[in-house]
Amino acid sequence: MATAEHLVTKEEAAARSEPEAVVVRFAGDSGDGMQLTGGQFTLSTALAGNDLATFPDFPAEIRAPQGTTFGVSAFQINFGSASIDTAGDQPDVLIAMNPAALKVNANELREGGLIIADEGEFTARNLSKAGYEQNPLEDGSLNKWQVIHFNISQLTLDAVKPYGLGNKEALRCKNMWTLGLALWMFDRDRQPIVDWLKTKFAKAPELAEANIAALNAGHAYGETVEMGAPGIVQREIGPAPAEPGLYRTVTGAEALALGLVAGCQLAGLGMFFGSYPITPASPLLHHLARLKEFGITTFQAEDEIAAVAAAIGASYAGQLGITSSSGPGIALKTEAIGLAVMTELPLVVVNSQRGGPSTGLPTKTEQSDLYQAVYGRNADTPVAVLAARSPSDAFDCAIEACRIATRYMTPVILLTDGYIANAAEPWRVPNMSGYEPFPVSYYDTPPAEGEGVMPYARNADLARPWIRPGTPGLEHRIGGIEKQPGTGNIDYRPEIHQEMTEIRAAKVLGIANSIPDQQVCLGNDSGKLAVVGWGSTFGPIHQAVGRARNRGLDVSHIHIRHIWPMPKNLGDMLRAFDKILVPEMNMGQLKTLLRDQYLVDAKPLSKVAGQPFRIAEIEDAIEEMMG
Amino acid sequence: MNEMATVTTAKDWASDQEVRWCPGCGDYAVLKAVQRTMPDLGVARENTVFISGIGCSSRFPYYMASYGFHTIHGRAPAIATGVKLANPALDVWIITGDGDALSIGGNHTMHVLRRNLDCQILLFNNEIYGLTKGQYSPTSRLGTRSPSTPFGSVDRPVTPCMFALGSGARFIARGIDVHKNLVDVLKAAHAHKGASFVEIFQNCIVYNDEVFSSFTEKQAAAGKQLWLQAGEKMLFDGGTKGLALDVDKLALKMVDGDDPSVIVHNPKNRGIAAMLIEMRQDEGFPVALGVIYEDPRPTFESAVVEQNRKAAEGKTPDLQKLIAKGQTWQVEKEPHKI
Repeated sequence: MATAEHLVTKEEAAARSEPEAVVVRFAGDSGDGMQLTGGQFTLSTALAGNDLATFPDFPAEIRAPQGTTFGVSAFQINFGSASIDTAGDQPDVLIAMNPAALKVNANELREGGLIIADEGEFTARNLSKAGYEQNPLEDGSLNKWQVIHFNISQLTLDAVKPYGLGNKEALRCKNMWTLGLALWMFDRDRQPIVDWLKTKFAKAPELAEANIAALNAGHAYGETVEMGAPGIVQREIGPAPAEPGLYRTVTGAEALALGLVAGCQLAGLGMFFGSYPITPASPLLHHLARLKEFGITTFQAEDEIAAVAAAIGASYAGQLGITSSSGPGIALKTEAIGLAVMTELPLVVVNSQRGGPSTGLPTKTEQSDLYQAVYGRNADTPVAVLAARSPSDAFDCAIEACRIATRYMTPVILLTDGYIANAAEPWRVPNMSGYEPFPVSYYDTPPAEGEGVMPYARNADLARPWIRPGTPGLEHRIGGIEKQPGTGNIDYRPEIHQEMTEIRAAKVLGIANSIPDQQVCLGNDSGKLAVVGWGSTFGPIHQAVGRARNRGLDVSHIHIRHIWPMPKNLGDMLRAFDKILVPEMNMGQLKTLLRDQYLVDAKPLSKVAGQPFRIAEIEDAIEEMMG
Repeated sequence: MNEMATVTTAKDWASDQEVRWCPGCGDYAVLKAVQRTMPDLGVARENTVFISGIGCSSRFPYYMASYGFHTIHGRAPAIATGVKLANPALDVWIITGDGDALSIGGNHTMHVLRRNLDCQILLFNNEIYGLTKGQYSPTSRLGTRSPSTPFGSVDRPVTPCMFALGSGARFIARGIDVHKNLVDVLKAAHAHKGASFVEIFQNCIVYNDEVFSSFTEKQAAAGKQLWLQAGEKMLFDGGTKGLALDVDKLALKMVDGDDPSVIVHNPKNRGIAAMLIEMRQDEGFPVALGVIYEDPRPTFESAVVEQNRKAAEGKTPDLQKLIAKGQTWQVEKEPHKI
């Protein structure tokens, strides 16, 4: 384990003239290994003590035709010596492995930013595939940026020549060459990557050696050409202030998996995870499938409906049933979620949201399933809804989802999104002893002689008892048909349906009694403008509000984790502001909910581009609202 | 699995709920048969779970004094899979109908069979949608007139047992709602470890009355019902007729009962099972009843449990360690400058 020997305090960081941050985007063909390059660069950056956020952006096609613009895969990382909340508005550095990567990404680069291009790939054929009539590296069209180009392909081939790889395999080492150059640029340690390559290619040592050679060659190239190329200068980005503790990098999918494991452990329950593969939710299934020793059964079902139905069956039998999908899959699960509401069984439903409707943008992020989560079922069918704001926050949200599901005997929908699922950030590993366990107890007391079983009796939380099949003397029947309070016997009478509907609603609303009050996460408790967000827009909103406040504007940031029910004080809090702005990656769904619940004049700021907000976009909206 | 047989009576298995099927419905007979069977199985009520989907037959669990789960249309096999994986010790029965199992839930029926979850699947086939008032079903015969097909249905029916065989079922049987042999069929289904598929010809007195009378009527029974017994000759019509293999056509043929070519029922013979299922009454063949096919193999839940056990072997579940996995770095308490 590495030790960060360069810790700075908040005071020291504040004393520095200007906290520095750099945004680097690696872009190439989907076969070029850009996600891998980005992932390894992230690791070495985290080990150097920077705060960071990443944004992997890849095509839906597994292997799109080579050299095409729709096959471009990119990985963006923002790292710096101050707290980093977003993957960065505009890249400062773009590494383009081919003309298509340049074409797709150049316009997002900050003016004056640096382009590093592999000229070896700028052949007539590749230029034409990317839609260039002339070579942009030569025709002056990139003049507003600094451009340096060299033949990375050839340099890689030269570097790995001694290892006797075929041309195709040798060229696969290009990404490591590029990574070497990037590591040099920011003075990062190569050793963790060398170690990783040795492990990865343990069975093919020549591949490990070739990749290491490419990595070293890229690094050495940075050193040697320093004189000649004004674009390439080593930059030192100091470490960011951080709380003491053990750190690791974590993606949202990893944190979510770990949080669900933790939630089940805190509840003292076995986990049943039923899922059907879907982008971008599948990594959760993959992570959990490897953790059998934690009492986890994973089940890849025949479809989305079977996945949730099996989870409900498992909850009925006494485990915590969990299912996971993305919007289209959640739509299929909807009827079964209604059954879990009606039979009042615990269930956690994770939705890794993606762009829609229908198949939409499978690999792009959006947060447009809030209506679906809160309202999207037939009849009056309330469920609890939570939303994670970042990869590390997903850990705590998963635990909270397990707590609510088991304490209140209810389905809980946990919203995350494609951005959170794939993005990585440093995470201070929590001490699990700091989490309060919430052990579940099954009901196992048979009724007195002559009395019936009461599966729909209620406790103070209005939750019904959890009676597992296998418990003697408590045999009973449950189902989706309306039922009597207490006995659970089928009963359609008007007054019964009225009563049961009201109880189901009151039970879910009552969850608000056990959740924390809403806090303002930046700024004052009242004022001119509250910028209210949920989910993964936390980062850009937080930064934008911070910048606006630095300019003296009276703006606060409110971030809502509990979407349904909402914290009890939220209405009063919102009314303490003159104006409310709700930036969302949808057409205004939380905005509607806030208007509906509190009759406040919430204004939407919508973005549905498959990309996270830029800080500047929110800053502009704040400026406009402040007049 | 049950070390000690539990002593119960048929009455112990009847719940206190009023049974609400139409008077004369075949479901009553099946319910009685199941309640009569349970004591003979020596199982305990608390370890028994009846799981159903939607349809007339799916009300069944409410009338059993065991655990019961009336779920949603077509999904009983999926719910049952979760129940059985979460607690393999439970004795799981799935109650379904022709629409529930073969239309809306066809996908789940296929997969529960191919996975071989240890459970009993009782498919009440009445060739009609009863609960929704009489529309034709996926097992309705070509030309069935119903509210949704006033000019007759034009799509061909599925043969439930062929569907099961094609899906990889390892136990396939047939019974008749009011026939005394149903209890034996149910016992055989329960004795089989794995997914036991039982098609029960069930008369819908309101919307499809007498649809099976060509072979269920008392007068026709002997000549039209072939009750299969493992190791016994395939004889019917009081032993006067039997089945033999037409080797040239690779098909079954009817011969005299005393013909030496009458074949002996071997439930493991999948090819013969298919021929038995496919026998056509309009060609004079009887309907194959009883256990048509049985060839056990390991169950899904036992494989899952075994794999979970093996994967966990030698590993201590340490949550704190798990969350600190991967490449980590320590930020020290006492800060120092670069």
